Amino acid sequence: MPFIPHTEDDTRAMLAACGVDSIEDLFDEIPPELRADALDGIPPGRDELAVSRLLHARAAQDAQPLCFTGAGAYEHHIPAAVWEITTRGEYYSAYTPYQAEASQGTLQLLYEFQTMMSELTAMEVANASLYDGATALAEAVLMAVRANRKSKARRILMPRTVHPRYRGVVQAIVHHQGITLELLDYDTAGGHINPASLPTTPGDITALVIPQPNFFGALEDADALTDWAHTHGALVIGVVNPTAMAVITPPGEWGAAGADIVCGEGQPLGIPLASGGPYFGFMCCKQKIVRQMPGRIIGATVDLEGKRGYVLTLQAREQHIRRSKATSNICTNQGLMTTAATIYMAVMGPAGLEGVARQCHANTRALVQQLGEIDGVETVFDRPTFHETVLRLPRPTAEVLAGLSERGIFGGFDLSADYPELDNTLLVCATETRNETDMDAYAAALREVLA
Amino acid sequence: MSNIPSELKYTKSHEWVRIEGDGTVTVGISDHAQALLGDMVFVELPEPGTSLDAGEECAVVESVKAASDVYAPMTGEVLAANELLEDAPETINTDAYNDGWLFRIKLADEAELKELLDAEAYAELVAEEDH
Amino acid sequence: MTQRAVCEPLIFEHSRPGRVNRAQSAHLGGELNGIPESLRRKHPPRLPEVSELDAVRHYTRLSQKNFSIDTHFYPLGSCTMKYNPRACNTLASLPGFLGQHPLSAARDSQGILACLWELQEMLKEVTGMSAVSLTPMAGAQGEFAGVAMIRAYHDARGDDARTEILVPDAAHGTNPATATMCGYTVREIPTDNQGDVDEEALKAAVGPHTAGIMLTNPSTLGVFERRIHEIARIVHEAGGLLYYDGANLNAILGKVKPGDMGFDVIHMNLHKTFSTPHGGGGPGAGPVGVSEHLQPFMPIPVVGRDDSGAFRWLDEHDLPQSIGRLSAHMGNTGILLRAYIYALMLGREGMVRIADYATLNANYLMARLRDAGFDMALPGRRATHEFILTLKHQAKEPGVTAMDFAKRLLDYGFHAPTTYFPLIIPECLLIEPTETESKQALDAFVEAMTAIQAEAEKDVETLKGAPYSLPVRRLDDVKAARELDLRWQAKA
Repeated sequence: MPFIPHTEDDTRAMLAACGVDSIEDLFDEIPPELRADALDGIPPGRDELAVSRLLHARAAQDAQPLCFTGAGAYEHHIPAAVWEITTRGEYYSAYTPYQAEASQGTLQLLYEFQTMMSELTAMEVANASLYDGATALAEAVLMAVRANRKSKARRILMPRTVHPRYRGVVQAIVHHQGITLELLDYDTAGGHINPASLPTTPGDITALVIPQPNFFGALEDADALTDWAHTHGALVIGVVNPTAMAVITPPGEWGAAGADIVCGEGQPLGIPLASGGPYFGFMCCKQKIVRQMPGRIIGATVDLEGKRGYVLTLQAREQHIRRSKATSNICTNQGLMTTAATIYMAVMGPAGLEGVARQCHANTRALVQQLGEIDGVETVFDRPTFHETVLRLPRPTAEVLAGLSERGIFGGFDLSADYPELDNTLLVCATETRNETDMDAYAAALREVLA
Repeated sequence: MSNIPSELKYTKSHEWVRIEGDGTVTVGISDHAQALLGDMVFVELPEPGTSLDAGEECAVVESVKAASDVYAPMTGEVLAANELLEDAPETINTDAYNDGWLFRIKLADEAELKELLDAEAYAELVAEEDH
Repeated sequence: MTQRAVCEPLIFEHSRPGRVNRAQSAHLGGELNGIPESLRRKHPPRLPEVSELDAVRHYTRLSQKNFSIDTHFYPLGSCTMKYNPRACNTLASLPGFLGQHPLSAARDSQGILACLWELQEMLKEVTGMSAVSLTPMAGAQGEFAGVAMIRAYHDARGDDARTEILVPDAAHGTNPATATMCGYTVREIPTDNQGDVDEEALKAAVGPHTAGIMLTNPSTLGVFERRIHEIARIVHEAGGLLYYDGANLNAILGKVKPGDMGFDVIHMNLHKTFSTPHGGGGPGAGPVGVSEHLQPFMPIPVVGRDDSGAFRWLDEHDLPQSIGRLSAHMGNTGILLRAYIYALMLGREGMVRIADYATLNANYLMARLRDAGFDMALPGRRATHEFILTLKHQAKEPGVTAMDFAKRLLDYGFHAPTTYFPLIIPECLLIEPTETESKQALDAFVEAMTAIQAEAEKDVETLKGAPYSLPVRRLDDVKAARELDLRWQAKA
């Protein structure tokens, strides 16, 4: 019996202790008419060898093209140490650290994670993760509504330069609570939100979302946007790429007062692409609004003998205590992913992370330059970018991508479905995992496809 | 046994009320309530100037293991909130009936006072809950 | 135990300025030509500067301060801490799976899509629901999806008077929190003294304002809700829908299908019933199953199959009434893959055996503890996959609490059961042994409980001071909450 250790003798002795003749008798409180028939739709069990054979075949079936696509999920090198340690059973098979004394490993690691994320974003505090970047933004919006007590409007300004999928997820999650997401259009020259285009008397706004870099890869004028929002009584929610934080102004330093809440997708920090998950969302904020933050938070304390230790704290915000008035319904988060991210940041260090960020920036610029030499291929926006850029193509994007795919290249993200005005455009990315040979291959393939 | 001063009035939801005689009342949570909740770690108080209806949730007292809503015992306007509790929420544990007060209300309708329990009735309520 | 002596510093305290792990960054760099000075970071983030060995040693040492299933019996009620087969991790981590970009074309993803499609089919079969969406990333998100679908269903019928969700008072906290997130008010239904939903109170509560009820069956009290058909009838007649919280599906897998109990929508915790790892707090996976009338509202994406047999993602074009996306991509794919691998190994017979042996283990442990003198919260009932022991007598005399027992169990090498849940049972331990533990492990647990009871009777202080043998003694939660210290700060 897979994973069931009972011998026949054990089972007999146990049934006797229960005072029944068969296991079936233990189900005698279930009304007989509810009992299910055999599970004919499920195949018979297989051993590990047979399952292994099948899964190897399935994994080999999927093409592994050379990837020049980001759009929210980025291929980075992951040091071997990261997952070797993360999948140790003591991390992999532990539960949420409710019994603090028996979970000091996970708790100390998460305290280090909170410190690292606070440092990276230059914010005061961080939580121990949310599900992914999109849901982290939804939670940030809900948090802003709770934290901005002066605002009664429940009105969030959401730039169109925020990842379209994130906008969709936020809408799906927050619309039940009477919150309105008001779209802000982007500057067609820069591909960013032009601060000069913002109204001078916007009325009651609860929060402004600022993506950095934005979905087009462009860097927003975060200082001006932050100051504008604060002038009008709105909180600032930054949604940022953690790799970019190594080289660009972190949200804690935006404008005069800094962002109030910061969130984002943690995948670039040591998490494999893996068809979209599991990844993790992160969230940081100013300490004065930490009681409005959702999710697990770890705090340092002392034990009976005065020795340093770590516990889950501020639990009265959470669903298991506060029930219908909790800050969120979240309980299980993405613990193992934050374990990997913490080890990733420690192994890379500040120099390593900066190296990755610089290499991504330089590679994407080199790629864009090389592709831009092809007839009819040009950049669409003129704002500075981090590691993604929008290109215009002389032919419909879907057709070009299909051609590239035949040549083993995943050439980028087609923007036309989400931005109908950007037809024939492509969002490209070259992380540190792409080298000159890869980029030459892309350019050659694109020339062929467009020829 | 919990301490139930006879000069105060009480609610079924474990608030105490001190009638100040000038149309205002001071409100806190009873010794019994603080003992049930345990060590206080945070208190959220209504802003002065807020209008409250009797029975409305208007404050939260939080311990490590529980968070409990405090209900306005009567209708009126919040005159003051106990700022001391922001930094020293444990005052509710050590001195629930004096320094551990939560807020003061200017009454809109003194007739509501008749709805409150006296110390004897509240003691009975506490004794029942213990069983 | 030697662990006590080792105090592992923070990784930041291992840091030395200028120490660089060149194996990871020697050839990385490049000019920031494209980024104007005004947008650049002025000071580098203070991440630790350590060697790769420092990091490996530090995080290995930290791991050794954890209890886990791989190292300890972990009878944490409601959490289903059973063995997480290593094969699931190894096979889900094949490079072909890990390297796949989430926006890859379906034609390049037929392998992973086939796995997910088969998992959908297996979950439909075992729950008796019409369709399954795998996308919710945890039980709580599955709950959100479920209640949002209930709301979408009523809205689509123009039935907007339904503003209330009913929740038993013993429910998981996520249930009321979820109902609030979906814009509903919550009404609690009391539990009767046998652990079943109070039917009279339910009848009095339902009406034209009832959107639905959220139920766990077996309930959080570790007993099977025997009148489930009657409850379903009452709620359905009032026009409400039934939501099944699948946290305890482990207990009835292959024995009873939620769809047959009358539930309209369910979520499953794959990190419980399908044994994907808990990872120190996630990631989980909380797929939802629906009956036919809720199918149009399922969260996207869902894996579909066209006439040629090819798989593809179904999105808003296929399900225009969907409640939408709940993640940027398709949820926790790697966790779904682990559940799929587990399901393949178990097969149809293995799934039923889960319920058989989880139930046998719980009833055996309950019988042994009862014989050892402990009080059960619901003595007249069969245990399902878990049961509740109450220490309310011990709390009065000799004066030791559920918390004291929990902490002392750690010294004996057992993770504590769930304490103080459900909230309606005083001084309780919710104990779930799971099917992967042997009789010998359960017997050892009984011995520890008996020994602790004897210690308590001799001197309560022994328990009050526990634990003694772990990396730290009992920690001060109150100080942590009053004097918030949520991150390390360099000493000035």
